[in-house]
Amino acid sequence: MLLRRPRVLSGTHFMLGNFAAVEGALAAGCNFFAGYPITPANEVSERMAERMPEVGGKFLQGEDELCSIYALAGAALAGAKVLTATASAGFDYMAEGIEYAISDEIPMVIMDVQRTRGENFATQADVMQMRWGAAGDHELIVLAPSSVQELFDFTIRAFNLAEKYRNPVIVMSETTIALMRERLVIPPADQIKIINRKMTQAQPGDYVPFRAEMGCVPDMAPLGKGYNTLYSINPHNEFGSIKWEPEIFERQYERITQKILMNLDDIVTTDEYQTEDAELILIAYGSETRPCKDAVDVARGQGKKVGLLKLNTVWPVPEKQILAAARKANKILAVEMNMGKYAGEIERVAGCHAEVKRVTKNLGAIHTSGEIVAAIEESLR
Amino acid sequence: MITNPMREALKPNSLPHFFCPGCGAAQVLNFFVRAMDELQIPMSSILGIGGVGCTARIPVYLKLDAMHGIHGRTLPWATGIKLMQPDLKVVIFAGDGDAAAIGGNHLIQAARRNLDVTMIVVNNLNYGMTGGQVAPTTYSTLRTTTTPYGNPEPAFDLVKLVEAAGATFVSRWSTNRPHQSVRAIKKAIQHKGFSFVEIVSQCTTGFGRKAINSASPTKLLDWIKDRSLTISEAEKLSDEDLAGKFVLGDFVDKQAPVFAGSSFLPPEEDE
Ligand SMILES: Cc1ncc(C[n+]2csc(CCOP(=O)(O)OP(=O)(O)O)c2C)c(N)n1
Repeated sequence: MLLRRPRVLSGTHFMLGNFAAVEGALAAGCNFFAGYPITPANEVSERMAERMPEVGGKFLQGEDELCSIYALAGAALAGAKVLTATASAGFDYMAEGIEYAISDEIPMVIMDVQRTRGENFATQADVMQMRWGAAGDHELIVLAPSSVQELFDFTIRAFNLAEKYRNPVIVMSETTIALMRERLVIPPADQIKIINRKMTQAQPGDYVPFRAEMGCVPDMAPLGKGYNTLYSINPHNEFGSIKWEPEIFERQYERITQKILMNLDDIVTTDEYQTEDAELILIAYGSETRPCKDAVDVARGQGKKVGLLKLNTVWPVPEKQILAAARKANKILAVEMNMGKYAGEIERVAGCHAEVKRVTKNLGAIHTSGEIVAAIEESLR
Repeated sequence: MITNPMREALKPNSLPHFFCPGCGAAQVLNFFVRAMDELQIPMSSILGIGGVGCTARIPVYLKLDAMHGIHGRTLPWATGIKLMQPDLKVVIFAGDGDAAAIGGNHLIQAARRNLDVTMIVVNNLNYGMTGGQVAPTTYSTLRTTTTPYGNPEPAFDLVKLVEAAGATFVSRWSTNRPHQSVRAIKKAIQHKGFSFVEIVSQCTTGFGRKAINSASPTKLLDWIKDRSLTISEAEKLSDEDLAGKFVLGDFVDKQAPVFAGSSFLPPEEDE
């Protein structure tokens, strides 16, 4: 006899990162998953295939990533809380689906376990693609976990943000953490904060599907109940009718972007480590924050005033926090596992107040703390 | 003022529509409204899906919830919806390019799975909305805007394609045959499983001008009629004789389990 496990596996585990992401999704209320096989995201699908039937949800292995992303849109409009997981090349195919979800304000969570092109080595090379892969004006929320525990926690947060802002949210995972086993603590179900989309109280005749104040999010309506909503990617007015009127178009995307940009304090989070008196601050995201933290300890042991700003939200850019770091320290090291991408954002925000240096590594492997200590020493010489 | 009672099926203020004069897709809109009316199914109780193209605009005018504006992904949308709301009727309107080119893989996979949706393909033998380019359904030798010297490629027979893939209701009619088309759409809507109705249609602006040197809808309708035959007539002809012809009729009507997802607990666990 198989044992049916509950939705929330409260307790302490030693768990694979990809599995922890699944458990986070389930704890957040996810009840629809669609995916297409790709390493290093496969364990997400495999565990979902086991877990979805256990909790009464639906699992779909589609014919490609286009099927995944559009099935997500359909299921989400039908009321589901939805997730897909893919890796870099698979994410390429999803860009247009993300565009669609942005334009019709469809909540969905996309997990992208970045991999080196054509191989499965560690990288953060897609940090720009996740933000800019889709055509047209948009804002995206991208969260960057750095551990198995954060894969769980941030996936829950991703669902909450997607539901609250009716926008796609991306969990930027990496080979490093996705395929790592680590301690994971899952709290009791009643201690997990869950946000669900707001459904309209209006009667069908009175419902205006895309009407909301600037910076706000319209309520959703169920399908097939007479609300007669058109979810078209084409420019549409508040009623959902396809209309090309330049001012309506401008206002549509102004509101869709401002609902994110006017709520940065709710969306953007960072962690700081030893930054109070720091003269040099490392800025990093995802798994690269781990060797950075070790390097801070080593440097502090040598009497150097070094700290770390860890970006939990990479998009929107935590400008306030990066600026504060730049005002505090006179040197910033932008650490990442690629040829140097997000460093451009850090230079844009911090460049006027501090000297920003790039510490990059594009060898399919995470920095060692020794490499970062060396970069710190070089910079402080 | 007297208004056509069928106007009830359309969204308020949705007219004028954007179809060219004489367009077959607009006729199919009428066929569908008629079929729903005869079946007494309230328009608002179903979900309409259009991809991208002229045909894809059909559900935009209807008084129902609809998804629209992405080329070729109608069936993935429908798959997500049907897994969550299996009782919601879903009707897809797709051009032949949408269904058989960019969405071709989804078409055969949905037919294989027996996804419980109705798909109405308006086959106007070309890409209408983008200006009359060659499609996978354009017969060889025909001229289009991207085959100025005649199409060198063979065409898909969509009926054979979806039948081989596993569709459980398959029918092909043309805009010349309104009654048969309405009847086939009615059967498709009532069918449990993947029901596929192809309606061969005239595209005056895109197809007609290049392929038959005429943008006249009646000439195009005659052109289609001259090439149409019934299933029993077709049985007497060789494959060679059938090239460039439209075999009309109901081809498949059978029952099979419908798609409900890719993973289930073993039966003893599911009690
Ligand atoms: C991804 C993508 N590729 C191309 C297009 C451009 N496009 C718009 S309509 C269309 C073709 C429509 O032809 P068909 O599907 O046969 O429908 P019809 O207009 O003939 O009814 C194309 C290619 C698009 N909108 N999206």
